[in-house]
Amino acid sequence: MSLGIVIASHVDHIAEGVYRLLKESAPDVSITYAGGTDDGEVGSSYALIEAAIEQNDSDTLYCFYDLGSAKMTLEMVSEMTDKDVTIIDAAFIEGAYTACALIQGGYKQTDIDAQLAPLKVK
Amino acid sequence: MELTHEQAQRWLLNFHGKVTDNKAYLSDLDQAIGDGDHGSNMARGTEAVKEKLASVTDESLEAVLKQTAMALISKVGGASGPLYGSAFMAMAKKAKETRDLSVLIEAGLEGIKHRGKADVGDKTMIDMWQPVATALKEGTFSQATIDQALLDVKPLKAKKGRASYVGDRSIGALDPGAVSSGYLFEALIEEVIA
Repeated sequence: MSLGIVIASHVDHIAEGVYRLLKESAPDVSITYAGGTDDGEVGSSYALIEAAIEQNDSDTLYCFYDLGSAKMTLEMVSEMTDKDVTIIDAAFIEGAYTACALIQGGYKQTDIDAQLAPLKVK
Repeated sequence: MELTHEQAQRWLLNFHGKVTDNKAYLSDLDQAIGDGDHGSNMARGTEAVKEKLASVTDESLEAVLKQTAMALISKVGGASGPLYGSAFMAMAKKAKETRDLSVLIEAGLEGIKHRGKADVGDKTMIDMWQPVATALKEGTFSQATIDQALLDVKPLKAKKGRASYVGDRSIGALDPGAVSSGYLFEALIEEVIA
Protein backbone atom coordinates (compact mmCIF):
# COMPACT_ATOMS: atom_id res chain seq x y z
CA MET A 1 0.00 0.00 0.00
CA SER A 2 1.41 3.38 -0.99
CA LEU A 3 1.67 6.42 1.26
CA GLY A 4 -1.47 8.28 2.27
CA ILE A 5 -1.71 12.01 2.93
CA VAL A 6 -3.44 13.78 5.82
CA ILE A 7 -4.14 17.52 5.81
CA ALA A 8 -4.74 19.35 9.11
CA SER A 9 -5.66 23.02 9.10
CA HIS A 10 -7.11 25.52 11.58
CA VAL A 11 -9.97 26.29 9.17
CA ASP A 12 -12.41 23.81 7.61
CA HIS A 13 -12.44 25.59 4.25
CA ILE A 14 -8.65 25.70 4.06
CA ALA A 15 -8.43 21.94 4.67
CA GLU A 16 -11.10 21.25 2.08
CA GLY A 17 -9.50 23.66 -0.40
CA VAL A 18 -6.07 22.06 -0.07
CA TYR A 19 -7.72 18.65 -0.52
CA ARG A 20 -9.33 19.80 -3.78
CA LEU A 21 -6.01 21.18 -5.01
CA LEU A 22 -4.17 17.94 -4.22
CA LYS A 23 -6.81 15.73 -5.82
CA GLU A 24 -6.30 17.57 -9.12
CA SER A 25 -2.80 16.17 -9.44
CA ALA A 26 -3.20 13.00 -7.38
CA PRO A 27 -6.62 11.43 -8.04
CA ASP A 28 -5.48 7.95 -6.94
CA VAL A 29 -3.75 8.94 -3.69
CA SER A 30 -5.65 8.41 -0.44
CA ILE A 31 -6.02 11.91 0.97
CA THR A 32 -8.05 12.79 4.06
CA TYR A 33 -8.39 16.14 5.81
CA ALA A 34 -9.45 17.83 9.02
CA GLY A 35 -10.06 21.53 9.54
CA GLY A 36 -11.24 23.68 12.44
CA THR A 37 -12.78 22.70 15.74
CA ASP A 38 -15.68 20.31 16.39
CA ASP A 39 -18.02 23.33 16.14
CA GLY A 40 -16.60 24.58 12.84
CA GLU A 41 -14.68 27.39 14.56
CA VAL A 42 -11.03 28.29 13.93
CA GLY A 43 -8.76 25.84 15.75
CA SER A 44 -7.86 22.16 15.91
CA SER A 45 -9.99 19.17 16.80
CA TYR A 46 -8.56 15.96 18.20
CA ALA A 47 -11.64 14.05 17.02
CA LEU A 48 -11.54 15.37 13.45
CA ILE A 49 -7.80 14.79 13.06
CA GLU A 50 -8.14 11.31 14.56
CA ALA A 51 -10.92 10.55 12.06
CA ALA A 52 -8.80 11.82 9.14
CA ILE A 53 -5.98 9.50 10.18
CA GLU A 54 -8.16 6.45 10.87
CA GLN A 55 -10.32 6.87 7.75
CA ASN A 56 -7.36 7.17 5.39
CA ASP A 57 -7.05 3.98 3.29
CA SER A 58 -3.31 3.86 3.87
CA ASP A 59 -1.59 2.72 7.08
CA THR A 60 1.52 4.78 6.33
CA LEU A 61 0.73 8.46 6.41
CA TYR A 62 2.49 11.75 5.76
CA CYS A 63 0.69 14.56 7.59
CA PHE A 64 0.88 18.24 6.67
CA TYR A 65 -0.39 21.06 8.90
CA ASP A 66 -0.67 24.84 8.84
CA LEU A 67 0.10 26.06 12.37
CA GLY A 68 1.36 24.93 15.77
CA SER A 69 -1.76 23.63 17.48
CA ALA A 70 -2.65 21.48 14.45
CA LYS A 71 0.83 19.98 14.74
CA MET A 72 0.49 19.34 18.47
CA THR A 73 -2.91 17.73 17.96
CA LEU A 74 -1.46 15.59 15.14
CA GLU A 75 1.31 14.51 17.52
CA MET A 76 -1.18 13.50 20.20
CA VAL A 77 -3.23 11.44 17.73
CA SER A 78 -0.07 9.87 16.26
CA GLU A 79 0.91 8.66 19.74
CA MET A 80 -2.46 6.91 20.09
CA THR A 81 -2.93 5.33 16.66
CA ASP A 82 -1.49 2.03 15.37
CA LYS A 83 -0.77 3.62 11.99
CA ASP A 84 2.69 4.71 10.93
CA VAL A 85 2.34 8.49 11.03
CA THR A 86 5.01 11.00 10.02
CA ILE A 87 4.40 14.70 10.58
CA ILE A 88 6.16 16.74 7.90
CA ASP A 89 7.39 20.22 8.88
CA ALA A 90 7.30 21.41 5.27
CA ALA A 91 5.63 24.47 3.79
CA PHE A 92 1.99 23.40 4.10
CA ILE A 93 0.57 23.53 0.57
CA GLU A 94 3.83 23.18 -1.38
CA GLY A 95 4.89 20.20 0.73
CA ALA A 96 1.58 18.38 0.50
CA TYR A 97 1.34 19.06 -3.24
CA THR A 98 4.86 17.75 -3.86
CA ALA A 99 4.25 14.60 -1.82
CA CYS A 100 0.95 13.87 -3.56
CA ALA A 101 2.33 14.40 -7.05
CA LEU A 102 5.23 12.06 -6.34
CA ILE A 103 3.05 9.36 -4.74
CA GLN A 104 0.76 9.54 -7.76
CA GLY A 105 3.84 9.19 -9.99
CA GLY A 106 4.86 6.03 -8.18
CA TYR A 107 8.03 7.41 -6.62
CA LYS A 108 9.64 5.66 -3.65
CA GLN A 109 9.44 7.07 -0.14
CA THR A 110 13.17 7.93 -0.13
CA ASP A 111 12.75 10.00 -3.32
CA ILE A 112 9.76 11.79 -1.81
CA ASP A 113 11.69 12.53 1.39
CA ALA A 114 14.55 13.97 -0.65
CA GLN A 115 12.19 16.35 -2.48
CA LEU A 116 10.45 17.37 0.75
CA ALA A 117 13.71 18.16 2.58
CA PRO A 118 14.31 21.59 0.98
CA LEU A 119 10.67 22.53 1.62
CA LYS A 120 11.04 22.24 5.39
CA VAL A 121 10.41 25.66 6.84
CA LYS A 122 9.22 25.03 10.40
CA MET B 1 1.28 16.44 50.50
CA GLU B 2 -1.14 14.01 48.86
CA LEU B 3 -3.88 14.93 46.40
CA THR B 4 -7.23 13.14 46.77
CA HIS B 5 -9.75 12.77 43.96
CA GLU B 6 -12.24 14.98 45.86
CA GLN B 7 -9.63 17.72 46.17
CA ALA B 8 -8.73 17.37 42.49
CA GLN B 9 -12.42 17.78 41.53
CA ARG B 10 -12.78 20.93 43.66
CA TRP B 11 -9.48 22.26 42.31
CA LEU B 12 -10.57 21.87 38.68
CA LEU B 13 -14.04 23.34 39.27
CA ASN B 14 -12.44 26.34 40.98
CA PHE B 15 -10.10 26.69 37.96
CA HIS B 16 -13.12 26.69 35.66
CA GLY B 17 -14.62 29.51 37.74
CA LYS B 18 -11.47 31.65 37.59
CA VAL B 19 -11.03 31.13 33.84
CA THR B 20 -14.68 31.98 33.19
CA ASP B 21 -14.52 35.12 35.36
CA ASN B 22 -11.36 36.27 33.57
CA LYS B 23 -12.23 35.13 30.06
CA ALA B 24 -12.14 38.64 28.54
CA TYR B 25 -8.89 39.51 30.33
CA LEU B 26 -7.15 36.34 29.04
CA SER B 27 -8.28 37.06 25.48
CA ASP B 28 -7.10 40.69 25.77
CA LEU B 29 -3.66 39.49 26.87
CA ASP B 30 -3.63 37.09 23.91
CA GLN B 31 -4.79 39.82 21.51
CA ALA B 32 -1.64 41.81 22.31
CA ILE B 33 0.85 39.08 21.36
CA GLY B 34 -1.14 36.16 19.90
CA ASP B 35 -4.44 35.45 18.20
CA GLY B 36 -6.80 36.65 20.91
CA ASP B 37 -8.68 33.45 21.65
CA HIS B 38 -7.08 32.15 24.85
CA GLY B 39 -9.92 33.28 27.12
CA SER B 40 -12.75 31.86 25.06
CA ASN B 41 -10.79 28.66 24.30
CA MET B 42 -9.99 28.00 27.95
CA ALA B 43 -13.53 28.90 29.06
CA ARG B 44 -14.92 26.38 26.56
CA GLY B 45 -12.35 23.76 27.60
CA THR B 46 -12.87 24.10 31.35
CA GLU B 47 -16.67 24.11 30.84
CA ALA B 48 -16.19 20.71 29.16
CA VAL B 49 -14.05 19.62 32.14
CA LYS B 50 -16.89 20.61 34.49
CA GLU B 51 -19.40 18.57 32.48
CA LYS B 52 -17.05 15.58 32.28
CA LEU B 53 -16.33 15.64 36.02
CA ALA B 54 -20.04 15.70 36.83
CA SER B 55 -20.39 12.34 35.08
CA VAL B 56 -17.22 10.62 36.34
CA THR B 57 -18.30 7.43 38.09
CA ASP B 58 -14.83 6.02 38.72
CA GLU B 59 -13.83 7.68 42.01
CA SER B 60 -10.09 7.70 41.52
CA LEU B 61 -7.56 10.50 41.15
CA GLU B 62 -6.37 8.96 37.90
CA ALA B 63 -9.89 9.07 36.43
CA VAL B 64 -10.42 12.72 37.42
CA LEU B 65 -7.12 13.77 35.85
CA LYS B 66 -7.63 11.67 32.71
CA GLN B 67 -11.17 12.95 32.10
CA THR B 68 -9.88 16.49 32.54
CA ALA B 69 -7.15 15.83 29.97
CA MET B 70 -9.61 14.38 27.46
CA ALA B 71 -12.04 17.29 27.85
CA LEU B 72 -9.28 19.87 27.34
CA ILE B 73 -7.78 18.02 24.35
CA SER B 74 -11.21 17.72 22.72
CA LYS B 75 -12.68 21.14 23.39
CA VAL B 76 -10.10 23.92 23.77
CA GLY B 77 -9.34 24.18 20.03
CA GLY B 78 -6.11 26.19 20.35
CA ALA B 79 -2.56 25.21 21.26
CA SER B 80 -3.42 25.30 24.96
CA GLY B 81 -5.65 22.23 24.40
CA PRO B 82 -2.82 19.80 23.62
CA LEU B 83 -0.56 21.56 26.14
CA TYR B 84 -2.90 21.51 29.16
CA GLY B 85 -4.20 18.15 27.93
CA SER B 86 -0.70 16.67 27.88
CA ALA B 87 -0.08 18.04 31.38
CA PHE B 88 -3.17 16.36 32.83
CA MET B 89 -2.57 13.17 30.84
CA ALA B 90 0.97 12.95 32.25
CA MET B 91 -0.41 13.59 35.75
CA ALA B 92 -3.05 10.88 35.26
CA LYS B 93 -0.34 8.38 34.30
CA LYS B 94 1.77 9.38 37.31
CA ALA B 95 -1.29 9.06 39.60
CA LYS B 96 -1.14 5.29 39.07
CA GLU B 97 2.05 5.30 41.19
CA THR B 98 1.64 8.20 43.58
CA ARG B 99 -0.72 10.89 44.88
CA ASP B 100 2.14 13.14 45.94
CA LEU B 101 1.20 16.63 44.72
CA SER B 102 4.71 17.83 43.92
CA VAL B 103 5.50 14.67 41.93
CA LEU B 104 2.22 15.03 40.01
CA ILE B 105 2.81 18.69 39.12
CA GLU B 106 6.38 17.84 38.07
CA ALA B 107 4.97 15.14 35.75
CA GLY B 108 2.50 17.69 34.32
CA LEU B 109 5.34 20.12 33.66
CA GLU B 110 7.30 17.44 31.82
CA GLY B 111 4.19 16.67 29.74
CA ILE B 112 3.98 20.33 28.65
CA LYS B 113 7.70 20.49 27.84
CA HIS B 114 7.45 17.32 25.76
CA ARG B 115 4.41 18.51 23.80
CA GLY B 116 5.46 22.12 23.24
CA LYS B 117 9.22 21.52 22.84
CA ALA B 118 9.67 24.63 24.98
CA ASP B 119 11.63 25.27 28.15
CA VAL B 120 12.07 27.77 30.95
CA GLY B 121 12.58 31.34 29.69
CA ASP B 122 10.68 30.94 26.40
CA LYS B 123 7.80 33.06 27.83
CA THR B 124 5.20 30.30 27.94
CA MET B 125 3.06 28.55 30.55
CA ILE B 126 6.24 26.68 31.53
CA ASP B 127 7.45 29.88 33.17
CA MET B 128 4.57 29.47 35.62
CA TRP B 129 4.64 25.66 35.98
CA GLN B 130 8.40 25.40 36.59
CA PRO B 131 8.64 27.79 39.60
CA VAL B 132 5.47 26.26 41.09
CA ALA B 133 6.85 22.71 40.67
CA THR B 134 10.14 23.74 42.25
CA ALA B 135 8.43 25.53 45.18
CA LEU B 136 6.15 22.54 45.81
CA LYS B 137 9.18 20.26 45.94
CA GLU B 138 10.96 22.60 48.36
CA GLY B 139 7.85 23.14 50.48
CA THR B 140 7.78 26.90 49.85
CA PHE B 141 4.78 27.13 47.49
CA SER B 142 2.41 30.04 48.13
CA GLN B 143 0.60 32.89 46.35
CA ALA B 144 3.97 34.69 46.38
CA THR B 145 5.37 31.98 44.06
CA ILE B 146 2.66 32.78 41.49
CA ASP B 147 3.00 36.56 41.86
CA GLN B 148 6.76 36.36 41.39
CA ALA B 149 6.43 34.09 38.33
CA LEU B 150 4.10 36.65 36.70
CA LEU B 151 6.62 39.43 37.39
CA ASP B 152 9.41 37.29 35.97
CA VAL B 153 7.55 36.36 32.77
CA LYS B 154 6.92 39.99 31.72
CA PRO B 155 10.43 41.03 30.61
CA LEU B 156 11.01 37.78 28.68
CA LYS B 157 10.97 37.69 24.87
CA ALA B 158 8.68 35.00 23.46
CA LYS B 159 10.53 32.19 21.71
CA LYS B 160 7.67 29.71 21.19
CA GLY B 161 4.14 29.82 19.85
CA ARG B 162 2.29 32.61 18.08
CA ALA B 163 3.79 35.26 20.39
CA SER B 164 7.27 34.53 19.00
CA TYR B 165 6.19 36.10 15.67
CA VAL B 166 5.96 39.55 17.25
CA GLY B 167 9.51 39.24 18.59
CA ASP B 168 10.60 42.18 20.71
CA ARG B 169 7.02 43.43 21.05
CA SER B 170 6.35 40.52 23.39
CA ILE B 171 8.80 42.00 25.90
CA GLY B 172 6.88 43.61 28.77
CA ALA B 173 3.66 41.73 28.02
CA LEU B 174 2.15 39.00 30.17
CA ASP B 175 1.96 35.56 28.58
CA PRO B 176 -1.71 34.46 28.58
CA GLY B 177 -0.77 30.80 29.13
CA ALA B 178 1.32 31.72 32.16
CA VAL B 179 -1.59 33.80 33.50
CA SER B 180 -4.17 31.02 33.03
CA SER B 181 -1.72 28.57 34.62
CA GLY B 182 -1.45 31.06 37.50
CA TYR B 183 -5.25 30.70 37.97
CA LEU B 184 -4.82 26.93 38.02
CA PHE B 185 -2.31 27.18 40.85
CA GLU B 186 -4.31 29.84 42.76
CA ALA B 187 -7.20 27.37 42.65
CA LEU B 188 -4.81 24.72 43.96
CA ILE B 189 -3.90 26.94 46.92
CA GLU B 190 -7.57 27.65 47.71
CA GLU B 191 -8.82 24.07 47.44
CA VAL B 192 -5.84 21.90 48.41
CA ILE B 193 -3.04 23.79 50.15
CA ALA B 194 -5.04 26.14 52.38
